Amino acid sequence: MTRAKEILRTPTMVTFGALLLIIAAFSIMAPGLFNTPGNFLQLAQNVAILTVVSVGTTFVIITAGVDLSIPSGIVLGEVFAVHALEMVGGLDTQPGEVHIGYVFAALGGAILAGLSIGAINGIVVAYMKVPPLLATLGTLGAGLGVALILQNGVNTSTYALDPIGHGSWIAGVPNLIPIALIIVVAGYVLLHMAVFGRHTFAIGSNPEAARRVGINVERHLLKVYLIGGVTAGFAGFLSVAYFSTTSIGGHSTDNLQAVTAVALGGTSLFGGVGSIIGTLIGVWIPAVLKNGFVINGVQPYWQDVAVGLVLIVAVWLDQLRRRSRNRG
Amino acid sequence: MTPALAAYNIVKSFGQVRALRGASFEAYPGEVTALVGDNGAGKSTLIKVLSGALIADEGEVRVGGEAVHLTGPQDAKARGIETVYQDLALAPDLDAAANVFLGRELRRLRFLHDHAEMRRRTATAFADLGVGLVQDMRQPVAAFSGGQKQSVAIARAAMWASNVIVMDEPTAALGVIQTEKVLELVARIRDRGVAVVFISHNLPQVLDVADRIEVLRLGARVARFRRGESDVDRLIAAISGAYTNEEAQK
Ligand SMILES: Nc1ncnc2c1ncn2[C@@H]1O[C@H](COP(=O)(O)OP(=O)(O)O)[C@@H](O)[C@H]1O
Ligand SMILES: [Mg+2]
Repeated sequence: MTRAKEILRTPTMVTFGALLLIIAAFSIMAPGLFNTPGNFLQLAQNVAILTVVSVGTTFVIITAGVDLSIPSGIVLGEVFAVHALEMVGGLDTQPGEVHIGYVFAALGGAILAGLSIGAINGIVVAYMKVPPLLATLGTLGAGLGVALILQNGVNTSTYALDPIGHGSWIAGVPNLIPIALIIVVAGYVLLHMAVFGRHTFAIGSNPEAARRVGINVERHLLKVYLIGGVTAGFAGFLSVAYFSTTSIGGHSTDNLQAVTAVALGGTSLFGGVGSIIGTLIGVWIPAVLKNGFVINGVQPYWQDVAVGLVLIVAVWLDQLRRRSRNRG
Repeated sequence: MTPALAAYNIVKSFGQVRALRGASFEAYPGEVTALVGDNGAGKSTLIKVLSGALIADEGEVRVGGEAVHLTGPQDAKARGIETVYQDLALAPDLDAAANVFLGRELRRLRFLHDHAEMRRRTATAFADLGVGLVQDMRQPVAAFSGGQKQSVAIARAAMWASNVIVMDEPTAALGVIQTEKVLELVARIRDRGVAVVFISHNLPQVLDVADRIEVLRLGARVARFRRGESDVDRLIAAISGAYTNEEAQK
């Protein structure tokens, strides 16, 4: 097989090529506006929160599952974070004040929320054998309901997490960027270099094969949904940090955005195939399109149209690849 | 010689169906033992008992002469008994090395897998076994032909089977040339001193490869032959109940 063919066989390279093309096109169309370091930093910050949840979603989709409950994981993460802040008396922290203890309290709350929803998803999918689409549709609605009950339907604002959401530990680089990068690296190591990731691929590829070699498939699936929940909860923490408020109505399409990113990145919705790098690219394509359209004065709604088309092509290519491979 | 793996007077029922009615079986180190019998004779059930996938209602399983109670496939594996099931149980999206080491990955830093080393050892083992897949080591096994997949499944079992390797119809789905390759592989594994058990419906093939043949009929052993003691007609007679050289057991 030639090198070029080999590259075309990996969907990640195809989407990466598409991303480069889009960037090149916008750079030519809007030189000095689109292709500036400032614009790319802005973009990176914009996609940071979606990147975090998409890393978790990559694991879930590789097991041939799906997690529609991401919005409720994020919103519950926000709500638990501000409730934890309230408990430790940190809700009214003034801008400019830094209390590391408050930050950790909020983080603890958000992670707890993520673990809870992840545990429910995992138990229902892995042990009760409810199809993931419906199981997580259930926790999506239920989780959002719980969030609204806990908040009486209104948002809570706080500046306690400003040091996370607004600072720059690295000169000129907003904090959300290195945070998202850490999650990406951790996800990469866990998925591609660790035994855990290997078993995740195996279960998505053929759960019976995994079971026969002694892998505890149910327990592993539970852990995968825990990862999905925790990344959502953590994204909620970041969201409060960035927007200085909960946004209980503001995440309703985050699940679809994450699934889109993961699928664009070449992760197969049928399980067994996928990559963190692909997901990273898949997160960027819609963001770059939207940004580029805005800068070029095109109605930004074209982004939705373009992403939809790109998504269909990406999944279609995946289908073709699987079919030709399985014939071989 | 002590059988590497043996079963005596095994009874196994599924509800009203008495799949095994006092079945016995013996496989010796360094020999290929073929298990033949009509559809429904209980062959698959018997090897599931031997590989720990099913627990017998009555009877005794012996590994190396020692009576054991196999609690599950992992228990059998720990005793050096590996099974290649009819459906192969490979993960199609993983490459050969990942499949070979699935569930027993070589590790670094306890939680990372050492894929380079796993690939190296797989390539070496495949070369030793004459499985010519070395150039395809990076491909997912889904890209392999049926015979290559079968070879991966058998080679995987052979790499871990210190004692016995059990195969349920390893050539049933293969063409002539692929079958030939798989049978060569079976013979090579046998020559390493492992006890090889295999089920097949292809009687000329069985006569060609097997050192011993055991015939199962209606859930019990009805005949045993050493190499050269039988031919196709006699095997058919034994399978259909017209011939027996086994004292009625029960
Ligand atoms: N899990 C099962 N449940 C019910 N009946 C079974 C089961 N497995 C096998 N049997 C029955 O046991 C008998 C022996 O089956 P099997 O061992 O598969 O035979 P063979 O492999 O020789 O064709 C058949 O009558 C079959 O229908
Ligand atoms: Mg059978």
